[in-house]
Amino acid sequence: MNVRHLVFGVACGAMLGVTPLATTAVAQDSIYVPLLTYRTGPFANSGIPIANGMHDYLAMLNERDGGIGGVKLNIEECETGYDTKKGVECYESIKGKNPTVINPYSTGITLQLIPKAAVDKIPILSMAYGLSASAIGEKFPWIFNPPATYWDGLSMIFRYIGGKEGGLDRLRGKTVGFIFLESGYGREPIPLLEQFAKDYGFNVKLYSVAGKEMQDQSAQWLAVRRDRPAWMIMWGWGAMNPTAVKRAAETNYPMDKFIGIWWSGSEDDARPAGPGGKGYLTLNLHGVGANYPAIHDIVKHVVGKGKSQVDKSKVGENLYNRGVYNSVLSAEAIRNAQKITGKKVVNGADVRRGLETLNISEARWKELGLPEFAAPITAVSCADHNGHHAAYMQQWDGTKWVKVSDWIVPMKDKVRPLLEAAATDYVTKNTGWPKRSEACDKQS
Amino acid sequence: MLYREAGQYKTSYQADQAVFPLLQDRVGLLVILFVAYVVIPLTGNDFLINAVMTPFLIFSLAAIGLNLLTGYTGLLSLGSGAFMGVGAYACYKLTTYFPDVNIIIWIVASGFVAALVGAIFGLPSLRIKGFYLAIATLAAQFFLEWSFTRVAWLYNHNVSGAIEVPQRTLFGVPITGPNATAETRYLIVLTIVVGMTWVASNIVHGRIGRMWMAVRDMDIAAELMGIRLLPTKLLAFAVSSFYCGVAGAMMVFLWYGGAESTVFSINQSFTILFMIIIGGLGSLLGAYLGAALIFVLPIVLRFVPPKLGIPVHAATVEHITFMIVGALIIFFLIVEPHGLARLWQIGKQKLRVWPFPY
Repeated sequence: MNVRHLVFGVACGAMLGVTPLATTAVAQDSIYVPLLTYRTGPFANSGIPIANGMHDYLAMLNERDGGIGGVKLNIEECETGYDTKKGVECYESIKGKNPTVINPYSTGITLQLIPKAAVDKIPILSMAYGLSASAIGEKFPWIFNPPATYWDGLSMIFRYIGGKEGGLDRLRGKTVGFIFLESGYGREPIPLLEQFAKDYGFNVKLYSVAGKEMQDQSAQWLAVRRDRPAWMIMWGWGAMNPTAVKRAAETNYPMDKFIGIWWSGSEDDARPAGPGGKGYLTLNLHGVGANYPAIHDIVKHVVGKGKSQVDKSKVGENLYNRGVYNSVLSAEAIRNAQKITGKKVVNGADVRRGLETLNISEARWKELGLPEFAAPITAVSCADHNGHHAAYMQQWDGTKWVKVSDWIVPMKDKVRPLLEAAATDYVTKNTGWPKRSEACDKQS
Repeated sequence: MLYREAGQYKTSYQADQAVFPLLQDRVGLLVILFVAYVVIPLTGNDFLINAVMTPFLIFSLAAIGLNLLTGYTGLLSLGSGAFMGVGAYACYKLTTYFPDVNIIIWIVASGFVAALVGAIFGLPSLRIKGFYLAIATLAAQFFLEWSFTRVAWLYNHNVSGAIEVPQRTLFGVPITGPNATAETRYLIVLTIVVGMTWVASNIVHGRIGRMWMAVRDMDIAAELMGIRLLPTKLLAFAVSSFYCGVAGAMMVFLWYGGAESTVFSINQSFTILFMIIIGGLGSLLGAYLGAALIFVLPIVLRFVPPKLGIPVHAATVEHITFMIVGALIIFFLIVEPHGLARLWQIGKQKLRVWPFPY
């Protein structure tokens, strides 16, 4: 023990302790929306377009409508580098500033924040990522993961495979490969995959890719060449995606049998493989392209005025639109919360109620300037924080994504019991998990 | 002027051999403890306690652990991150099997598991030295990290592959899990770190510490003087891993509240190694100073400009932080290659003779 470090620590502490007092006074008449983003680190190629999309839609609401319900949004980014430690730091630094909703944008960070959410009364919106089991609103009142869970995603992929094979029973005796990022995110779908393997009688081969070999993967694809799986499914992120697509092409794996989850479907994931990437399939939750009135507004009010960090040609790319989708969900939840409570400046507890009554019908999507952008969000409720909404399959044609399937609905009957079981398991393992005490609002 | 030993007479050998022979040092230490135990919990906000002080103390403890091995015994190790992981996973398994035993006991006890694993991976240290030993410990790092992801038993077959911290109480007050307040967790971490620093200080000033330093300075000479190399080196590995293990268990249970295996990656090992290099090899104070520079400084750089109202993009702050911290590391290494602890010592010496230059 000695003097200097603590003098230093106390000095820093004094600075940090005093300054928030000055800033919170200003923030009273705005709605604080923190964005945990990552524009640096090994996952930046996926993180940058999402960060831009999330930021730009909210900034557009500020510029075009003066915020939501007449209240300006105070948008603030905190850089996480997809690093759990920094993500938790970010969370600690923003939780005192009355955040309305937290978007962690990393499954690892989400897993850390889930237990804290109920204590700090801040809802977490982990849009189609995070803990699948958090869809059970009874057990996780503060966590929301619409529009679909990873397990829904996997079941939709199998519906697609079933359609191509002429029935899932045709898979009997065949091999399905699963290549995934070695992390909480990549491991999530494995239980359901094994369940499917049992139900339909196919073999599963798992190929895990550790973070440090993301850009290599030669061993994994060598194994793929040996095993010759009938279908390949990928749960990848960041630099893992383009490498996998490239390696698949080099291995001469039939690209139209290679399916990624919605997080493996960026243009930059497929493009580097050149003509070899043609035919690669991924699920998607929303439309691609800049041809929506709302996105025109973003270009006009935000990008055109130099208030965004995005390169204009990248507006409307898949992950950019994913960010926009995420912000639409946040913004609609805030709007809902204003409607329910009658307050203008809402807080985290209000937005939690707003999220529970989230409802974006087809007409509402049109109103938002995003006609047919995504499946209507109609099934989120107090019990179901996910809704299990539909997605569609898209295929890379060498230059852009093309929609190749209709909206596919997940196998809710298979997914829901597993989710219930997983949620119960989570709660029993975490002794002292609080019982839900939050009341339920009527659907608005 | 104030910092002077004039008039302080030592009347016994015990007083002369004290770790802090000067009254001023002892007063300073008490002031620090007072600030740490009373001022910070009372005045600090959650961010300061949870995101700055708690991790700072945990990293300091891990740095002390590595310093015992690398700084005092001269054995270079790149496995400290993995040994932290051993502590964390051991604590997780122990508390799952014996949930009624107090978690603080398990946090400290998990250090013994880490010590055992550390001693096993320390076996090659008798034959290989320097950079070659670093490679051997690198093997430990990769092997253990691999186990944390592949051995599902270690994380109780959780779907996510992550370990989650259940709620545990001490005298009815929750100390782990989301309901534990930042202050409680901070005070527990502080107490463990202070206690273990005191033990470490006694070890390095006593017979064992002298044996380690003899081995560090010249192992053949040490052997000729009758120090048995293998037990000495293995003890260094065991004690060092014990400290890292406790730090790892505290990191997951009292700070994160859950972790994936990636937390204990090679980067963690490097971070701790940098801390002791910058702080000062072979100095307990150095571990604290290094942890402050490597861990706290980036946080200050990241969060202070926005709080002062300087508008910078989050990503730009990140890039600037990288550059500033990198430049500072180079600066300190040029100014004082023996680390911040040495700088502090020079400063103290200057104060003692002030106003005379020597």
